[in-house]
Amino acid sequence: MTIDKILKGKELILNLAGRLDATTAPALESELKAYIDELEMLTIDFKGLEYVSSAGLRVLLFAQKVMNKQGKMVIRNVNETINEIFEVTGFIDILTIE
Amino acid sequence: MNELTIDATVNNIEAVTSFVEEKLAPFHLPVKSQRQINVAIDELFGNIALYAYNPDKGMAVVRVEFGDDPPSVTITFIDRGTPYDPLARPDPDVTLSAEQRKIGGLGIYMVKKSMDDVSYEYRDGQNILRITKNI
Repeated sequence: MTIDKILKGKELILNLAGRLDATTAPALESELKAYIDELEMLTIDFKGLEYVSSAGLRVLLFAQKVMNKQGKMVIRNVNETINEIFEVTGFIDILTIE
Repeated sequence: MNELTIDATVNNIEAVTSFVEEKLAPFHLPVKSQRQINVAIDELFGNIALYAYNPDKGMAVVRVEFGDDPPSVTITFIDRGTPYDPLARPDPDVTLSAEQRKIGGLGIYMVKKSMDDVSYEYRDGQNILRITKNI
């Protein structure tokens, strides 16, 4: 998985490509932990992402919980496979998907 | 040869995924089915890597087989670690809010929902977990 980041003041945009799974989720977690305390807006763009496993869901849940307290988090460009994963796991109601 | 014997480590998930993708390539699965299978590999081989032999290390076997009626692929994960039936645990509550959520059990739940059949048996000291997807 690759992570491109754009940081503008209190807004962070992460563009993910590849697979968010047990192997790659720790990289996303450490990127988030480096910045999240300062953020009011977090956008995670899934345009290049193939799928998300439960290891990835765990990191998304962590980010959503933090952003619930201090601002907003949005996920963009979710493909059909990932949308179904969000539906099956109920994450569709926890996350804000645009 | 449709069987891979490999060290059960998180770092080897990618190698297992590539092995299965290679076996499936001639069948030209829909992209979504291939992705669901890859997620299942991440969950199931990942669980073996993290828990089966903890704190020791061990091997796992991944076998890929094809059926005709209906056309299907069956992937079998075998380890000789601690006996554990992941299908025995209750399904997670997927209606809870972010604050109340726990992640435990979500992976196997996703596998159950995305595969056409999932079964477990413990035999001759081996955990044997099978997933089948119609193709």
